[in-house]
Amino acid sequence: MNFDPYILSIITFVPLAGALLLALLPDKGKTMQWGALAVSLFTFLCTLHLPAHYDYSAHGYQFVENCPWIAAPAINYHLGVDGLSLWLIVLTGFLAPLGVLISWNAIPKRKKTFYILFLLQQTAMFGVFVALDLFLYYAYWELTLVPMTILIATFGRTEKRRAAAIKYFLYAFIPSAILLVAVLWLYVQTGTFDVPKLTQLASVHGISANSPALWLASLAFLAAFAVKVPVFPLHGWLSDAVAEAPTAAVMVLVGKLGLYSILRFSFGIFPDESHRIAPLMIALAAIGIVYGALIALVQKDLKRLAAYGTLGHVSVAVLGIFTFTIAGLDGGIYQTLNEGLGGAAFFMLLGLLYERYQTYDMREYGGLAAKFPWMVTLFVITTLSVIGLPMLNGFVGEFLVFSGSMQWSLAHGSSFWWTALATSGVILTAAYMLWMIQRVFYGDLGIKSETVTGWDLDAREHIALWPLVAVFLVMGLASPYWTKAIDTFGAAASYPMSIYSPYVVEYNKTHHHGHVTLSIRNADGTMQQPKPIGVVDPSLAADALNKPAPQTNKGARY
Amino acid sequence: MPSSYLWLIPLLPFAGFLINGTVGRKLPRPAVTGIALLSTLIPALLVAWIWSGVLAGAAPISIVSAPWISISGFTVNFAFTVDHLTAIMLAIVTGVGFLIHLYSAGYMAHEDGFWRFFAYLNLFMFFMLILVLSSSFLLLFVGWEGVGLASYLLIGFYFKKDSAANAGKKAFVVNRIGDFGFLLAMFLIVAHFGSLDFATVFARASMFHLSGGFLTTICLLLVVGAAGKSAQIPLYVWLPDAMEGPTPVSALIHAATMVTAGIYMVARCHVLFDHSPTALIVVACIGAATALFAACIGLVQTDIKRVLAYSTVSQLGYMFLACGVGAYSAAIFHLMTHAFFKALLFLAAGSVIHALSGEQDMNKMGALRKRIPVTFWTMTMGVIAIAGIPPWAGFFSKDEILYQAFTSTNPVGKLVWAVGLITAGMTSFYMFRLWFKTFFGESHVEEHSQGHDNHGGHAHGVHESPAVMLVPLAVLAILSIIGGWVGVPEALHGHDEIGHFLAPVLSSGAAEAVEGSHGTEIGLALVSILTAFIGLGVAYFLYIVKPGTSTKLAITFKPVYTLFENKFYVDEIYAALIITPLQVFSRLFLAGLVDGGVASGVPSMTAAGVRGLGSITRKMQSGNIRSYAGWLALGAAAVLVFMIFVHVR
Repeated sequence: MNFDPYILSIITFVPLAGALLLALLPDKGKTMQWGALAVSLFTFLCTLHLPAHYDYSAHGYQFVENCPWIAAPAINYHLGVDGLSLWLIVLTGFLAPLGVLISWNAIPKRKKTFYILFLLQQTAMFGVFVALDLFLYYAYWELTLVPMTILIATFGRTEKRRAAAIKYFLYAFIPSAILLVAVLWLYVQTGTFDVPKLTQLASVHGISANSPALWLASLAFLAAFAVKVPVFPLHGWLSDAVAEAPTAAVMVLVGKLGLYSILRFSFGIFPDESHRIAPLMIALAAIGIVYGALIALVQKDLKRLAAYGTLGHVSVAVLGIFTFTIAGLDGGIYQTLNEGLGGAAFFMLLGLLYERYQTYDMREYGGLAAKFPWMVTLFVITTLSVIGLPMLNGFVGEFLVFSGSMQWSLAHGSSFWWTALATSGVILTAAYMLWMIQRVFYGDLGIKSETVTGWDLDAREHIALWPLVAVFLVMGLASPYWTKAIDTFGAAASYPMSIYSPYVVEYNKTHHHGHVTLSIRNADGTMQQPKPIGVVDPSLAADALNKPAPQTNKGARY
Repeated sequence: MPSSYLWLIPLLPFAGFLINGTVGRKLPRPAVTGIALLSTLIPALLVAWIWSGVLAGAAPISIVSAPWISISGFTVNFAFTVDHLTAIMLAIVTGVGFLIHLYSAGYMAHEDGFWRFFAYLNLFMFFMLILVLSSSFLLLFVGWEGVGLASYLLIGFYFKKDSAANAGKKAFVVNRIGDFGFLLAMFLIVAHFGSLDFATVFARASMFHLSGGFLTTICLLLVVGAAGKSAQIPLYVWLPDAMEGPTPVSALIHAATMVTAGIYMVARCHVLFDHSPTALIVVACIGAATALFAACIGLVQTDIKRVLAYSTVSQLGYMFLACGVGAYSAAIFHLMTHAFFKALLFLAAGSVIHALSGEQDMNKMGALRKRIPVTFWTMTMGVIAIAGIPPWAGFFSKDEILYQAFTSTNPVGKLVWAVGLITAGMTSFYMFRLWFKTFFGESHVEEHSQGHDNHGGHAHGVHESPAVMLVPLAVLAILSIIGGWVGVPEALHGHDEIGHFLAPVLSSGAAEAVEGSHGTEIGLALVSILTAFIGLGVAYFLYIVKPGTSTKLAITFKPVYTLFENKFYVDEIYAALIITPLQVFSRLFLAGLVDGGVASGVPSMTAAGVRGLGSITRKMQSGNIRSYAGWLALGAAAVLVFMIFVHVR
């Protein structure tokens, strides 16, 4: 039987059905845990259908479902997957069973509420990634907010949980309300909520001739998404929400929803505005990387350290996508996956420490390495992934992003200082992560580690953590398996890989599918026009000798 | 050798790491040792096989496997190349690596975490082999970062000691500063050349007159990377602290192999450097400055491993200097001889420390030559080699560097030659100082002492090390004597085999040293031999003839002595100028003011504003989410009307 026409609906609604099922079951023993585990595992298996049956040579949306839902206004139940959303969906599916496993004992009371909300959150996130109708998307987008807020408010760690939940809600809701305005305005202008149609219109400047209004609408979109990512300086909710939220909720709190939405909607519907605002976003991202790392460096609370670290890591993704280079876009999307995985592993490990010692205060730890050899091993591996050690996943994303950022800097005749600032994050990240390892695991035993006995990882915890390590390794070694899908999106949304090097421009023209006009700057003062002096590789030399000087397209500079 | 076997060279140590790292805890010690030794011995034999081909004149071997990173217009493959330069590096890494593994089996025999040590050591071998085998910048960077990781793990091997944990972290972070430069250089290379493959990049670089500033920028950023890994000013600070690691680690990683990666990288990229005279001058100056600076500190240290550490920094400065004057093959030659005699010196020092159950302070040694004779004689070979006395290995390589510096076209050539010569004298002095203080004079050994190193664990009298440790010492001692004979200059009726051997890879024509006459060469050689003997003589006078003199000198020149003894206060200066301000800035300004105030303040004010507005107009449901939502819906409607109005106008 061919599931392709329904698979996206199945993925979206299995968690919802699971939530209903859990509501009917009695909350006895471990029923809730096993139920949620079964549902989330089944959902994960369903998401694996996508990469298995995805046509990597095709462009555009696949597994499309499109049927009318409401006639007036014209709202369709339109779902689809492309290279951008494919792996984000699988990632969401992958993290859910791990989230259940890690909450197994950490959530002892009101389990039914917890797991129902957890599964609802799943449905909402899948919905965000697959919806291709703006109205439908907006419904899912708002829905992601509700279970998360209640999870934080109900299952938060201290009495400040309600304040943190309200802060999170307000931060996310206010811009979302404005987003709704912009969505409705778009409908008024174009008569459609359909995302592919809107993207098509945008590429021929057909949405509106009123550029101030377009600007306002694009800013409404971007602001709503940027808060959710979060982009510096809109991260005010982050550290409180992360500090309070239970582990399973934190694992899905940051990054991917907002980044996906920027890529799909801001870039798709407002390409010109996005290009124009790119320098600002790149600057904010570069600042965010360093800012997050510097504040993480002086935290005493492990979870706040992780929260600010997360700010730095999502900033890397933001930096990448706004360069509009293939490397930057591919790397940014890859980094979004990395952040989801690395952040999840890190928060899970912190949660395990908390389960044993009921504190996130680093000063109370110390010398745990001798007691917990497995835990320290996993902490170190996760740290290495997060700080971008080559052969693990983090490096691939960071390398591509910064590489794209450098191309952007050079193409804009600006010096490379923004890239240098952003790249300095690799030093600071290593500093705070290794310092954290040292303070928790090395040296003499700390107060808590001395007085309270803990235990090294048990079987359930091993099962929850090793899959992540395996994925770190595989994604670090065989990145093309992921990038072959991501690249179909990145290549279409980008300027060419290197708009600076004459060789590469030539090579890249064939890969250029987007609506954005090719922009090539002639070499400025920093690089003279190359002159061939001898034949090294005949084909290369011929290329360089015969090729006319690159055209300067004056209109396309932004 | 069939090229597909090339994969085995790095993968066998990796397999060793995996086995010992996962189940090593449960294996008996002989099994752990066996796995670790085999997984380095077999690659060493494979390298010997490669050499049989290389010497027979076989073409460089290349293999390409699956792509590692592949996006539209840019691909990096897993690809290895063995050319003459790589062949030499492979021989050093696997040969010295195997000897040190063997030695470790004896040295670490009584340690807890024996399996962990060998797992990390194999991991290091894996990454180091990747580093020298790779045929692209990015894969080289894999090894580059990987050896840093292994170094971090091994320095922090005694992780319960705060000083060891600190030193490990410091090493990694300082190396990361270098990596930051390396990364930026790679990004620039991608942007300008569209590839990271060595052959492609060098072909494109030499195809055009790339005289622009960007090539200098790339080279200078690569120098930052090399300075981090090869412990050059200003990033050398991690290396002396790295002596917290077990002594075999100091020998393998922090003397013979890893720290030479920066020199290897510069030599590998010589095509780029040859196009940038500015970068070459910088390299030469950094090298000379580091050589002299570290030698000054080495003069007054009393910890036997620290003396060797500073001498390593100083010798690495020599190699940097050689690269700076375009004498790349001389740099690699010195890299090789240094690997022999410095590994020997460290291992012999380890044997001394082992004999004294962990004592590292030279003031508590003395008169050991009769009590540990094998260690004494082997170490003597190392001391003579590093001091630069012919026909020991160090003389030929050092002399080649000095000669090339003297005759180089680099504007600072004569200056760095002079600095190099002075450093050579100082090196000879402090190495003989170490020799005299350890093996001659009166004994200051505290019998049955329990040293401050974790090493030992079982205190008993001064004892010679077991055979498993002495065999590597003997082999390295022989290499320290004869290792330089492959580079005897033609002026001394030699054939300079190593120079000719490396010529296909390293000769570029652009920055070749001007050929001086044989007379000049012999004259310079005599000067440097004289310098070495002066160093020896001064040390003999101060520590044997009149043993009290050095103390008097220290009092007479107290300011200078204190400055040297405290390593020019560089660590303190870095702490005061960089680390503390950064922390204060982050804590007070960023975390306190910006994040606590502005970033969270503005939205809180918005919330408060909404709440206030809500309570003023209607006291319906004060402060809860529903009232905000109501207000927001109203506001949203207003904005919508406004926007439609704007459009209609």
